[in-house]
Amino acid sequence: MKNVKRNVLQTANYLKLALITCLLFCSCQGNSGNQQNNTADANTLIGAGSTFDYPLFSKQFAEYHKTTGLKVNYQSIGSGGGILQLINKTVDFGASDAPLNEEQTHKAGAPVLHIPVTAGAVVLSYNLPGVTDTLKLSPGVLAGIFLGEIKKWNDPKLTTINPDVTLPDLDIVIVHRSDGSGTTNIFTTYLGKVSAEWGKKVGEGSSIYWPTGLGGKGNEGVAGLVKQIPGAIGYVELAYALPNNMAIAKVQNKAGNYIFPDIASVTAAANMQIPQDARISLTNTDAVDGYPISGLSWIIIYREQGYNKRSADKVAKLIKLTWWQIHEGQQYSAALFYAPLSQNAVAVGEQILRSATYDGKVIIK
Amino acid sequence: MSVHIKYRIGKSTAFKSIVIFFASVSILPLIAILFYIIREGVTKINWHFLTHVPKPVGEPGGGISNALLGSMMIVAIASVIAVPVGILCGIYLSEHKTGRLAYWSRLAVDILQGIPSIVIGIVVYFWLVKPLGGFSAFSGSIALAIMMLPILVRSTEETLKMLPQSLKEAALALGMPYHRVMLKVILPCGIGGILSGVMLSIARIAGETAPLLFTAFGNPFLETNIFKPMQSLPLLIFNYATSPYEDWHDLAWGASLVLLLWVLLLNVITKLTTRKWNIQL
Amino acid sequence: MGANTDNGTITSKTGMARLLNIKTPDILKAKRIKRSHRHIRSEHFFRQLLIIMALLILVIVAGIALTLSVESVPSMKAMGISFLWGKMWNPVADIYGAYPFLLGTLLTSFLALIISIPFSFSIAIFLGEYYSKGWLSTLLKNTVELIAAVPSVIYGFWGLYVLVPIVRAFELKLGITPYGIGIFSASLILSIMVIPYAASMGREMIRMVPPPLKEGAYSLGATRYEVIRSIILPYTKSGMFAGILLSLGRALGETMAVTMIIGNTSLVPKNIFSPGNTMASVIANEFTEADKTVYLSALIELGLLLFLVTVVINMLGKRIIKRFTNE
Repeated sequence: MKNVKRNVLQTANYLKLALITCLLFCSCQGNSGNQQNNTADANTLIGAGSTFDYPLFSKQFAEYHKTTGLKVNYQSIGSGGGILQLINKTVDFGASDAPLNEEQTHKAGAPVLHIPVTAGAVVLSYNLPGVTDTLKLSPGVLAGIFLGEIKKWNDPKLTTINPDVTLPDLDIVIVHRSDGSGTTNIFTTYLGKVSAEWGKKVGEGSSIYWPTGLGGKGNEGVAGLVKQIPGAIGYVELAYALPNNMAIAKVQNKAGNYIFPDIASVTAAANMQIPQDARISLTNTDAVDGYPISGLSWIIIYREQGYNKRSADKVAKLIKLTWWQIHEGQQYSAALFYAPLSQNAVAVGEQILRSATYDGKVIIK
Repeated sequence: MSVHIKYRIGKSTAFKSIVIFFASVSILPLIAILFYIIREGVTKINWHFLTHVPKPVGEPGGGISNALLGSMMIVAIASVIAVPVGILCGIYLSEHKTGRLAYWSRLAVDILQGIPSIVIGIVVYFWLVKPLGGFSAFSGSIALAIMMLPILVRSTEETLKMLPQSLKEAALALGMPYHRVMLKVILPCGIGGILSGVMLSIARIAGETAPLLFTAFGNPFLETNIFKPMQSLPLLIFNYATSPYEDWHDLAWGASLVLLLWVLLLNVITKLTTRKWNIQL
Repeated sequence: MGANTDNGTITSKTGMARLLNIKTPDILKAKRIKRSHRHIRSEHFFRQLLIIMALLILVIVAGIALTLSVESVPSMKAMGISFLWGKMWNPVADIYGAYPFLLGTLLTSFLALIISIPFSFSIAIFLGEYYSKGWLSTLLKNTVELIAAVPSVIYGFWGLYVLVPIVRAFELKLGITPYGIGIFSASLILSIMVIPYAASMGREMIRMVPPPLKEGAYSLGATRYEVIRSIILPYTKSGMFAGILLSLGRALGETMAVTMIIGNTSLVPKNIFSPGNTMASVIANEFTEADKTVYLSALIELGLLLFLVTVVINMLGKRIIKRFTNE
């Protein structure tokens, strides 16, 4: 009896050790079977990218889930991250506030489609105690402030364009985004367009070398700092500024009008001739009523969808989803402070979606 | 003479009061933080909050069940992987106080403790996510398991070192094989200390956001397959706290409180188990 | 063992009756031998397993170092050694220099240490010498350990909304630009977060001071303060230093809380109140949006640099602890 018991104990010990080693090796190399697991499940789509799109997408995908049952898992890891994940083929689609740059296009290896999905704007928010009137900013002044050349709020350049406002003798504290973001990209692209000096000294991009100022992490970081520091000015997304009752400046557009950013003026800015590949910057728009610091956001997918052994079913679902997003999905924009796409942009989006292929065959129409 | 003694005693008392002052001031921030989080979060937590998935912006209600379940699963898998490795490595280090391998392993453990969590996230992304072509809760668990190891190894090593050498010698003298001495005699004796190490390591990783960003990825739906992306509490807090909408901020505050309570509860349980163990010894 | 088997074979050759008698123990003996073999085998296996586990940790750490090195090759090629002292971090122009972040990291970490030392040492002395037993000491000990358990994101949020306005008011009084956020605020938050590490290490060290030493001093008429100053502190000096290094290691790598309140600017900080950036915070801020190969790899090279700094600090700490335990 004793022997039997001992043997059982020993076997148990062996099993324990074996289990431990198994776990170990599993953790090292074991889960190569998952890949099929991931692709086999056709009722889930995975997307990643722009944080700007995240609230709108989460609303759209929740509604789409209610009607079709398709689960879309979208995570806001940042536009650059979204592009990188698409190139690494770890996601079904990406979303970005900036089109792929040359290096990314090269790394992608195959043509990538940009489908415009929504438009947003970057607004200038400020904290001036005692100032209740809306501040007006011209492109030259704006560039001067962010270059650190205009240092005081009562600088003559500011007072001449704001004759009705009594500006205090305060230092200007600049607050910018510290994390790389599409918001920064739209804002710096605009500054680059309107100020030759900005283009020469600083440049454009998602993360740049700021000549002056403080960095806040995310919209709420910037907004928090602007609210706390008297004399601060910073840029945030329209969708963040409107529901949070922040003081927002009017910005002079190309036509010379001072425009207050809201959904109407952003939609107006987006109502322009859009090229066939939809890769266009809306900043410094020609539209008379358009807010000048606006930008498009894109869903990015490979034109040839038949990679990584993806099923035709899954690909069809992806294309249908995107089609729905630029049509029915647009109704959810305004309530969340996004600007709906113009007719023009939707038409271009349809054209681009039709060019997507699966194993060389067109997917829709 | 007596003046001098009075001076010395006075100096001693003054020093004592300074020490007490600094020691008590240093717990003020913790109290302030607890107060702040509880004030913001307590009104948001109810049964509905714990059992439902988040709703999109603009719809009232919604909860954090997906993040709660995800966090628990990711942490559980991480523990299953890390605990055996950590404990066995701890045994090795306690048994080999000198030696080249022990020296380098010990150094490796120290280094591991100092590596920022985001770097571990990036590395696991390159190891698991990119080659396998997909995000998964499992890769998140691996990242967290790596972060758990230093505390596990350390606590096991320190606990076992404290056990009397005679215990091991007695067991060996009875003819027990080495592995059974370690697993059946030494480990059970030090189980309290090891358990507290396990709890501490879980408490440390439960609140980690950075290593999960590029591994577990997140998921708005309830997910139970560990080879799929999964939501977790810190990720949810990170995403929702940075959004522009009040509803989501409320969710984030509620989730912060839940996370804090979870971590604190783990700590309290650890304290109780270790105290019980000490009494028994 | 060998003698026994010989005995068995001899007896088995003589007579049937004897053979029957002897055979059962013989089988038993064979079984026992077999079992011993198995024991030896599993013992061997167990020892091997232990070695494998110790190796595994080493492999993981080496793997991390290797992955970081491989991924930072493009940036090493592009920037060379000037990466270390380049003062400019400009993703637009593709120029990357880590100097502002190295400086920021060292400034915040050391400042945090200096602020935290009076607190952590007070706790250590309080728990190790004045009240080493009783509910008050248990309460304080547990509370201090809870400080280490609070997730760092929560420290960040609390710091931004509670601590930063206080620092700003302070800066207004000093007459500096009232940013509020900056290296000083980040150091404050960090100092809170590292208190438990040095405190628990210090407490352990104080408890290890041999009682006869202290008793001797007391019997000579020394006051509490004199015992602490001339017996405990000299005895625990290097141990305390090791505890400080432990805190330093923690402070160097801290990411989320620091990112939220350091001000995040790539300019070289002018003084301790100006905004700055640490290596960890730059990685956390810019990793997701890094859109060029060299940019991404420069961020990973920062990670590698941080890794190396931690290695050096830890090696130093180990040396000191080792010397202390040998003494």
